[in-house]
Amino acid sequence: MSHASRRIRYVLKRLLQAIPIVLAIVILNFFLLQLAEGDAVDVLAGEAGSATPEYMAELRAKFGLDQPLPVQLAVYLKNVAMLDLGYSFRHEMPVSELIFDRLFATMLLMVSTILLAVGFGVLLGLVAATGLNTWRDTVISVFALITYATPLFWVGLMLIVVFSLNLGWFPTSGMENFAMFYEGWDRVFDIARHMVLPTITLSLFYLALYTRLMRASMLEQAGQDYVTTARAKGVTERRIMFVHVLRNALLPVVTMAGVQVGALIGGSVIVESVFAWPGLGMLAFEALFSRDLNLLLGIFLLSAVLVVAVNLVVDIVYSSLDPRIEVS
Amino acid sequence: MTRLLEINDLHVALPPESQRPYAVEKMDLTLEANEILCVVGESGSGKSLTARAVMGLLPKPRVRIAKGEVLFQGEDLAAASDERLRAIRGSDISMIFQEPMTALNPVMTIGAQIDEVFRFHEKMPGRERRRRALQLLEDVQLPDPEQSLKAYPHELSGGQRQRAMIAMALALDPKILIADEPTTALDVTTQAQVLKLIKNMQATHGTGVLFITHDFGVVADIADRVCVMRNGLVVETGSADQVLNAPEHPYTQALIAAVPDLVPRPARPRSSKVLLDVKGLRKTYRSGGGMFGGAGRVVHAAKDVTLDLAEGETLGIVGESGSGKSTVARCIVRLNDAEAGEILLDGADLRPLGRAEMRPYRAKIQMVFQDPFASLNPRTRVGKIIAQGPMLNGESAEEAKRRTLELLDIVGLDAGSYDRFPHEFSGGQRQRIGIARALALKPQILVADEPVSALDVSIQAQILKLLDEIRDAMNLSMIFITHDLRVAAQVCDRIAVMQRGDVVEVGPTGEVFANPQAAYTRELLAAVPGKDSFKSAQVAA
Amino acid sequence: MTFWKLFARNRGAVAGLAILGFIAIMGTTAQLFFPADPFSLAGKSMSPPGENGFLLGSDSLGRDVAAGIAHGAKTSLLIGLLATLVAVLVGVVMGALAGYYGGWIDNLLMRATEMFQTIPSFIFAILLVAIMKPSIESIVIAIAVVSWPAVARLVRGEFLSMRNREFVQACHTIGMSDMRIMLREILPNCLSPVIVIGSLMVATAILIESGLAFLGLGDPNIMSWGFQIGAGRTLLRSAWWVCTFPGIAILITVLAINLVGEGINDALNPRLRERS
Repeated sequence: MSHASRRIRYVLKRLLQAIPIVLAIVILNFFLLQLAEGDAVDVLAGEAGSATPEYMAELRAKFGLDQPLPVQLAVYLKNVAMLDLGYSFRHEMPVSELIFDRLFATMLLMVSTILLAVGFGVLLGLVAATGLNTWRDTVISVFALITYATPLFWVGLMLIVVFSLNLGWFPTSGMENFAMFYEGWDRVFDIARHMVLPTITLSLFYLALYTRLMRASMLEQAGQDYVTTARAKGVTERRIMFVHVLRNALLPVVTMAGVQVGALIGGSVIVESVFAWPGLGMLAFEALFSRDLNLLLGIFLLSAVLVVAVNLVVDIVYSSLDPRIEVS
Repeated sequence: MTRLLEINDLHVALPPESQRPYAVEKMDLTLEANEILCVVGESGSGKSLTARAVMGLLPKPRVRIAKGEVLFQGEDLAAASDERLRAIRGSDISMIFQEPMTALNPVMTIGAQIDEVFRFHEKMPGRERRRRALQLLEDVQLPDPEQSLKAYPHELSGGQRQRAMIAMALALDPKILIADEPTTALDVTTQAQVLKLIKNMQATHGTGVLFITHDFGVVADIADRVCVMRNGLVVETGSADQVLNAPEHPYTQALIAAVPDLVPRPARPRSSKVLLDVKGLRKTYRSGGGMFGGAGRVVHAAKDVTLDLAEGETLGIVGESGSGKSTVARCIVRLNDAEAGEILLDGADLRPLGRAEMRPYRAKIQMVFQDPFASLNPRTRVGKIIAQGPMLNGESAEEAKRRTLELLDIVGLDAGSYDRFPHEFSGGQRQRIGIARALALKPQILVADEPVSALDVSIQAQILKLLDEIRDAMNLSMIFITHDLRVAAQVCDRIAVMQRGDVVEVGPTGEVFANPQAAYTRELLAAVPGKDSFKSAQVAA
Repeated sequence: MTFWKLFARNRGAVAGLAILGFIAIMGTTAQLFFPADPFSLAGKSMSPPGENGFLLGSDSLGRDVAAGIAHGAKTSLLIGLLATLVAVLVGVVMGALAGYYGGWIDNLLMRATEMFQTIPSFIFAILLVAIMKPSIESIVIAIAVVSWPAVARLVRGEFLSMRNREFVQACHTIGMSDMRIMLREILPNCLSPVIVIGSLMVATAILIESGLAFLGLGDPNIMSWGFQIGAGRTLLRSAWWVCTFPGIAILITVLAINLVGEGINDALNPRLRERS
């Protein structure tokens, strides 16, 4: 079997494996909904102010809430499959619509963060590992150690204090300045300016993580036998570092990049609420304040699906880096 | 005329906290063109670091050349610049290693790794480099060279990987090839092929080969000259014939005497009482598969294995890796569950017994394991390791301790060992502890799974002698698993030869060796390194 | 004895331990130095640090930032330790069973941890606390729920490799029970990575707790650093100190724990140390 067809099989296999995970998350979601005090009818009744028990029972029958649990679960699964995530009574909109409105902003933040964190993390880790125990290594390691210990929201607030309030370089919040009615490239530039601080904030922690990982991975690979072989062949130290070691050292970093996507989305809740970035995280923060559980669960579900999707991309990247991907 | 390689008064210094100051001391050595010089020694003798010192590949700065010169065609490599060394490595001097799986870069194709040798030493157009690489793979007899160029290391077998390594090392027709235990990780038949290949390539190119090994059999097969090392010092150098047949130094004499003779020792009379009867044993391993993986890989580790063991007899099970010999041993002691067949101990079938039902039989069959470092719990004191078996089987603490001390004495360890931890002991001593543990339950049958394969040859001889004494003193029956036909010849009354899960031949050791019936047995016997040597060398160890 | 010697070779770890000790003392003696309720009005509001008797200033309701930090230390450490303890206990039990027995338990655990790797754990923690209503217990449970899979995976891996080690097999051949093999033979040999991951997990737990409190999901009756920052973020323009000092407290605490964790790692795995 050729390498290409093996890769395709691998990716297909990963895709298949993702299905039960998504299914499990949907079921978990359903039970979390059950766990919460009160159901949708209670919320509706609360909205309306007063409702008779008879009317509430009628509503329950209408929504199928009087059915046995398995039936409710089946209905829920069917609804989710049709992208119906319920109704947000606060926003008076279907949850799915609300979420898809905000998806783009979050994706924008996430992709830029991943690129920044992985890119610079790999670079810094490489610099630290090649200059082992020199001042470069020390500076980078101390930087990583401190960043690794800093809470995201605090970094965000401090960046706002320094760069927005004192220096005035970047806006404090939002994704674009609607009052200016920018169009075309002006608008892109405006969004980019708004993006700088949130992206840096969200990146820092992961940047530290990947830097440490890359450094450790480089050091581990540098001690492997194949490095001695390359040296015995008379290959230059430069090539050993940047071709042999680097490519092997990248493998765990790429794997970790996939694993961390979930945490990254979690972090975006905090960063988006600090910078009022109009994405899923901000929506979650609003839902949290208005106790809009339906919406919160919808966001949770979609973010999990997002993680699955990004992980699939990571798997494809990984399969092109490592020829040893499992066949069976 | 200048020598190809001349090492004068070489000292390789170890880091300060090491056991001895120098890994290699006062070493003098010469290597001529078109000869194979074997540097032979046990673990810790400094033979591998010698090889690395020549290549300038010592793990600097912790280990470094402290004194002496390494003259390559008159040029001192110990004083050469890094740049000069790099230019020499891979073109004039090249090297192959013990473990080809880890020595090759897992994410680069074989072709790309060979190509590097050309790219970093000679200016050559890409097409020419590719043609040469292809030619090399043909020369080392890799099947389908075109495909092998594109293959990644994990796609080749162990022997093929080592061939690829050899191709890489010989790419620029080096004057010196350094081979560091290149066949130790290979099965015996593959080893024979690779040795033949090295010898052929060496002869056609007139290369000087510095061959590092611990195996005197290998030495006998390929060496022109031999250099014996011990604790960093060269104890004896000479022609192969002289060192192997008339060793001068007592250490060399002892080492050669410790090599087991391939001529089986006379068989002992076989008891008519069959103690263990294994019938139609079957064990299959499945890997991969699962919910979405489709069909997994299926390995038939044992298919329809039938064996019997008489009282007081030693039955050897021999075969290469993957033959299923260890699986059979593990099924018999019930560490693995066989799917089908019978394991009759004194008429009682052990195979279907559950954990609780198996308990009363556990003590009767005990096991000695291969790896003396993995077979003892590093956090448990030696006394407890041995005594806990009897105590679990209802003996009082005092009784168990008394017995443990007695066993320590039997296996040749002093009573002070009782309160010490395993890491305070050497490999051979640990294996003695493992034997004492197995004996603590007064077993009828001892199953020994490669008990000496991780040990140096002199230690190996001592452990084999100990097993012999114990067997006679306690009237033990023994199943002895080994890949080494020399060991089998000296230990076993009968042997069973296994290949890919099948027993291809069973019989008294003498008969099997003298008149092998199965083609595979003949192949195995033919592949034993140094099979024509050491016939008369057998002296009391 | 040797452990302390090895640990002390890492100067950062010793410094971390000292800082951690100081913070722990600060937390336990908060009641002595700041006997008043940290939520109560203690003086003039919006006082900058050093003025009006406020060491680190006061917020818009006149609450003492320094008192909040001292009391918050107790909260952070308590929640960090408790959540880690629960997560480690659950993780070790699950991982040990799965790694040792394999089969369906293992399958179940692996699927569960895969799911936990997929769901954004912080959002999951938010959901759990929101559903259970914010309190110390619900926060501890939420953090433990999102943290145990990492321990379970680690312990499973260790048990999986250990169960095929020859010394474990030797225990089978002498008829030792599974329970005893797991507890007395295997577990002591894989404790060191568990201790290391546990110590780092305390740091993560403190970060998660502060994040939850920042979003308003802290226990409303207990002062915490995250709450202080969350409450002070609207004052960013006028009173920078309200947000800044609690943040530094978190940073130093987490940094100290990470340093100690690295020191423990170095001491328990001396082999790894030599390479770097």
